Amino acid sequence: MINKLKSNEFRFAFITTIPVLLGYLAIGLAFGLLLSKAGYHWLLALIMSVVIYAGAGQYLAVGFFIVNASFVEIAIVTFLVNSRHMVYGLSLLQKFSQARFYKPYMIFSLTDETYALITTSNVPEDLDRVKVYFFIGLLDHFYWIMGGVIGAVLGSLINFNTKGLDFALTALFVVLLIEQFRNCKNKIPFVIAFVCGILSLVFIKSNMLIISIVASIFILILFNKVLKDDELN
Amino acid sequence: MMNLTNVFISIIIMSVITFFTRAFPFIFFRKIKPPKILLFIEKYIPPMVMVILVLYCLKDVKWTNLPYGIPELISIALVCILHTWKKNPLLSIFGGTIFYMIIIQTDLFSKILKFFG
Repeated sequence: MINKLKSNEFRFAFITTIPVLLGYLAIGLAFGLLLSKAGYHWLLALIMSVVIYAGAGQYLAVGFFIVNASFVEIAIVTFLVNSRHMVYGLSLLQKFSQARFYKPYMIFSLTDETYALITTSNVPEDLDRVKVYFFIGLLDHFYWIMGGVIGAVLGSLINFNTKGLDFALTALFVVLLIEQFRNCKNKIPFVIAFVCGILSLVFIKSNMLIISIVASIFILILFNKVLKDDELN
Repeated sequence: MMNLTNVFISIIIMSVITFFTRAFPFIFFRKIKPPKILLFIEKYIPPMVMVILVLYCLKDVKWTNLPYGIPELISIALVCILHTWKKNPLLSIFGGTIFYMIIIQTDLFSKILKFFG
């Protein structure tokens, strides 16, 4: 039975992605709800999930739309929030080197969850790895789109009190922060960011996000030597 | 609220930049090794960005008025407890959000604080 299930790439990819199916449907649903409660059509949820395909980025986008943020701010914040992806690819250069025409899409669909699945799944010898990775990316993308559209349509049909729903974003970032805190031995960057964040929250509320991130990176570079010495121990 | 033309421009900006961050190592480091300082910064950007994003989410909390940001802090504490205990992102996110929606919609903490003077 197991052998039969694993007999082709799509089935193996589907079984591998079931946890992400549940996660993306739920988190995509919350995104769709937020977008529709902000007053936008569900088609926008579809378009965003198809072309952007980034969880935290799309949540933040809803906030940008509401406050009419500037393009520069949107660009910088999007870049910084997704900058972790620049590290992901480094460990996949080998795995993706044989990907042929699948490669552009595989890179496009490289979210946190897809990255986690690709780097941890043991693809059986008799399967084409590239196809498995491609299907994992494609299925995850499909779940994300489904979640977003269902959420946005529900939001426009059902009228319920959504006050406080935007806490989903805070909760998502708290969860990501805990994961980072577990994986990162050195706690100094957390302290730097916390101090910069609180200071800019108190003194310069309007562009808090950009200013505190740039300040943190600057101080981090100053701490460069201290942190490196620390890593050696 | 942003008009649709600007929304579409924003979507294009975000898609291009998101794709760029994902494609970056495949474009630049196929043959040459990335410089050390870049690796160093990139390693610590994700933890720093997450700290700041959590604080950013709290930017509109009114700390000096009832209920003094208590609903936000307690809900964040609940998310932390749930996530340390069960390590299930969905449970943590939705547990925390549903809890927050209930206490904010019933205005529970304002009532409790008023009751105690």
